[in-house]
Amino acid sequence: MSDVSPVVVDRDIDTTNMQVSKTEVAIEIIGMNKWFGDFHVLRDINLRVMRGERIVIAGPSGSGKSTLIRCINRLEEHQKGQIIVNGVELTSDLRRVDEVRREVGMVFQHFNLFPHLTILQNLTLAPIWVRGVPKAKAEETAMMYLERVRIPEQAGKYPGQLSGGQQQRVAIARSLCMNPRIMLFDEPTSALDPEMVKEVLEVMISLAEEGMTMICVTHEMGFARQVANRVIFMDQGQIIEQNEPEAFFSNPQHERTKLFLSQILH
Amino acid sequence: MTDIAFVRSEMATAQPAPRRVSGMIAWLHKNLFASISDSVMTIIAVLFLLWIVPQLYGFLIGRAVPPGGTVEQCRVENVGACWAYIASEIEFFTYGFYPMAEYWRPNIVFAMLALIGLPLLWPSAPFKIANALLFFIVFPIASVILLSGGMFGLRYVPTEQWGGLLVTLIISVFGICVSLPLGILLALGRQSKLPIIKTLCVAFIELIRAVPLITVLFMASIMLPLFMPQGTTVDKLLRALVGVTLFSSAYMAEVVRGGMQAIGRGQYEAAQALGLGYWRRMGFVILPQALKHVIPGIVGNFISLFKDTSLVYIVGMKDLLEAVKTKNDAIEWASPTQSVTGYIFAAAVFWIFCFSISRYSRYWERRLNTGHKR
Ligand SMILES: Nc1ncnc2c1ncn2[C@@H]1O[C@H](COP(=O)(O)OP(=O)(O)OP(=O)(O)O)[C@@H](O)[C@H]1O
Ligand SMILES: [Mg+2]
Repeated sequence: MSDVSPVVVDRDIDTTNMQVSKTEVAIEIIGMNKWFGDFHVLRDINLRVMRGERIVIAGPSGSGKSTLIRCINRLEEHQKGQIIVNGVELTSDLRRVDEVRREVGMVFQHFNLFPHLTILQNLTLAPIWVRGVPKAKAEETAMMYLERVRIPEQAGKYPGQLSGGQQQRVAIARSLCMNPRIMLFDEPTSALDPEMVKEVLEVMISLAEEGMTMICVTHEMGFARQVANRVIFMDQGQIIEQNEPEAFFSNPQHERTKLFLSQILH
Repeated sequence: MTDIAFVRSEMATAQPAPRRVSGMIAWLHKNLFASISDSVMTIIAVLFLLWIVPQLYGFLIGRAVPPGGTVEQCRVENVGACWAYIASEIEFFTYGFYPMAEYWRPNIVFAMLALIGLPLLWPSAPFKIANALLFFIVFPIASVILLSGGMFGLRYVPTEQWGGLLVTLIISVFGICVSLPLGILLALGRQSKLPIIKTLCVAFIELIRAVPLITVLFMASIMLPLFMPQGTTVDKLLRALVGVTLFSSAYMAEVVRGGMQAIGRGQYEAAQALGLGYWRRMGFVILPQALKHVIPGIVGNFISLFKDTSLVYIVGMKDLLEAVKTKNDAIEWASPTQSVTGYIFAAAVFWIFCFSISRYSRYWERRLNTGHKR
């Protein structure tokens, strides 16, 4: 089990900016529980994410990975325990929810770009209307991020005219335009054809290199090994095991983790 | 197994596409005589056209009395349409009992509608915001002042005297402009998490949709005065406006709701995750897509609203159709084809407006088509 999947990019990761803060907490989850009706989907979740951490969450389908990260920007509501993001506790107070969402970017499996807006309009909508950035400035920032995800020439097109990989890169750029302090990724590459996975992962790696705090639900174990500083394994709504990637892959402790890894790493 | 091995030795070069099978004969064969049953249908259709077209031509043009003709010409046996009647009453059909000396006032309103309203429908016309302000604020106020008068030295003309196409257009333009936003609000309210708002909207929509427009107009006639202070009477035209608009907005709400249901959860979530609040989420992300999906339904509602204006005779307004009906009984033009001609005229006017609305919506559907959905 020591031989894990191949690296994502054939280069060394530039770790100069990748320090994990020892003191500053980005996300604190304490004794959190969530139910869908009678179904106890998340059970006693405790998790502290420091500023600058890159966390990969893995686990079998239905284990609650999506639900967990969707609780962090309150796309799902938790019923018990606390979630504190950037020092703001999530409650039913809508103003606080909006405050948290402004600082937390999210990338979805199915991109969820706005099909009726051009790429540029997709990127500038929230900065203009949520942050109050002047249009010209917002467009300038948007072009900068499109440049970063290497598709500035697509600015005037509509999402439907782009490939899946391009759409996902636009979705990442759209989140970045809000200048978030935390990025959440929910299986960003699992709806993509294999040849497009890499271009998206490269963008995510470059984000990590800039010191972004990231939580990624993904089955890309190569990405986890190269970039993550912590891997969390979930099953049946619980955190079963977490460790540094090297130790996690080479020396899993829990039976479930071993079984899961043996299945996905063949 | 060497016989399944294959290596291409020469690359296939691109060929020009095969020439389209074209020409008159080919077209006829493909579209009209592809099979025996097709051929039979074609022949029947052609025979029908050969029979109906000359009749129509004879009635509408050949044997018809052109504008400017006399009533005696219209009274001969086997006469066609009596266009002379329409021409001589066209002013009544347009303005109703509006005083003749004041026709210039509705004329200005018609002109404003064309000059301010039409550019608004044309996407590349400049000054959209100024244009919209003009149309939605200045135009209604100016129109009310002009048409009803009683100030600035204009003679007062009570709405009882307004009529004809003028009333039809007032009600339908007002109804179209107000019922869509109202319908959108009702649709949003129906999906609201607040139980009171939701219940109110559902109750309103279901109540209105469960009764015929005629009943709504009666209710507007009888109920509206109840909400007003004692002694004040509610203008008949206002009753018609309120009745028609409320009626249409309930249907509009359901059409809009249908469109909103076609929008995936991911769109709401992406907008939420970006921190967009409720109204911006709806206004920038959900509604533009939802409305686009249901343009045919919305336009269908506009068209029925336009035609339903002919029911406002219930509250005593003389719209175009009612004006035609009134004059159809006029003795001075009494002739065999008088009322048929009147109805053909009214139908033609309705058709022109409704068909234009329909074509215009097709134009928007094509324009808003941003390609593949995801
Ligand atoms: N809105 C919902 N209502 C009811 N049950 C739900 C809802 N969303 C998710 N669930 C259930 O909660 C459980 C956890 O779902 P979740 O989407 O978090 O799993 P996941 O770990 O992300 O799985 P996958 O790898 O398939 O994405 C599943 O059993 C799912 O059926
Ligand atoms: Mg999931």
